[in-house]
Amino acid sequence: MHEMSLCEGVVQLIEEQAGKQGFSRVRTVWLEIGALAGVELEAMRFSFDAVARETVAAGAHLEIIPVAGRATCPACKHTVEIEARFDACPDCGHYPLDIIAGEEMRISELEVQ
Amino acid sequence: MCTTCGCGHGETTIEGHAHDHGHTHHHGHHAHGVMAAHAPGMDPSRILRIEQDILSKNNAYAAGNRGIFAERGILALNLVSSPGSGKTTLLTRTITDLSDEAPMAVIEGDQQTVLDAERIRATGVKAIQINTGKGCHLDAHMVGHALEKLAPEDDSLLFIENVGNLVCPASFDLGEAHKVVILSVTEGEDKPLKYPDMFHAADLMLLNKVDLLPHLNFDVEQCIAYARRVNPEIKVLQVSATSGDGLQDWYGWLRSTHEAMLMNRSPELAEA
Repeated sequence: MHEMSLCEGVVQLIEEQAGKQGFSRVRTVWLEIGALAGVELEAMRFSFDAVARETVAAGAHLEIIPVAGRATCPACKHTVEIEARFDACPDCGHYPLDIIAGEEMRISELEVQ
Repeated sequence: MCTTCGCGHGETTIEGHAHDHGHTHHHGHHAHGVMAAHAPGMDPSRILRIEQDILSKNNAYAAGNRGIFAERGILALNLVSSPGSGKTTLLTRTITDLSDEAPMAVIEGDQQTVLDAERIRATGVKAIQINTGKGCHLDAHMVGHALEKLAPEDDSLLFIENVGNLVCPASFDLGEAHKVVILSVTEGEDKPLKYPDMFHAADLMLLNKVDLLPHLNFDVEQCIAYARRVNPEIKVLQVSATSGDGLQDWYGWLRSTHEAMLMNRSPELAEA
């Protein structure tokens, strides 16, 4: 359940931004979470509400933008979508693949007041 | 939660003392007082583009730890495994066997109890326990504070025994040189596929308890193949902390890795 810690990281970054950019309330938080990042999205939503309490992000709506896992195949050079880190190339069966997306854990945008 | 330096739930303790913010360690950022400083008013909402990695704070602390290790020639290893893999037994044996070779120190991570640190200290090696409370992993900030108290010697080996968990510690860089994953043959050989992130993050896999293989249906080759499927670069050593099988290979890896690190630190020595 490291999602709790990840949410603490999110709230800390938001509080820093509040100082730098002068806002006192956050209405919406957009996170980009990759399919290969090892993050349970439901646990993230659950943890966020708890961790945000009594902070500038209290009551903020959490929007999670899932980022699909994508990789290039060193054998057939195709760019393919993958669901797990160890997936083989669906076109030629080769593995390992070179992962190019899906490991993201990022705060992308905030709607603030 | 402390928003100044990133302490967890307020439950983390280092050897029985709650992490005290009265003391004067350095914080790069001071977020306290933000809410009070800015009156809410009736501002219209606006969208801010942030694009920050959620782990960026942890990663900054990890970089700080890594800088300390590099400067002082400390080889820091982050030992990760599921509970019951024999991590502490392996570590106790290792520090006993290598006690004449190099200074060593241990950071023990567990949710509760100081039992593991006591086991380590019984060998004469200095150790400090971090209790994470409900936390399921160590983070770089906890390790940074533990380092202040532990004060490992220059040119030493530092073993950081993470909380027994094959999921969460994979994401948290502590500033270590390598993650070492310990998998015992009493677990399933498919663990590397079930917990791919950890085996992907590790540079070395110690397959432990191999003395029990005659009594088990554990396919060693299949296990190694699964580990290489998630991490083609992973090095694998087969060991038994109780019988001593394979331990010389592990010690050899420790020596050569530490030597390589020290050579890198002093390029003039490497040329000599």
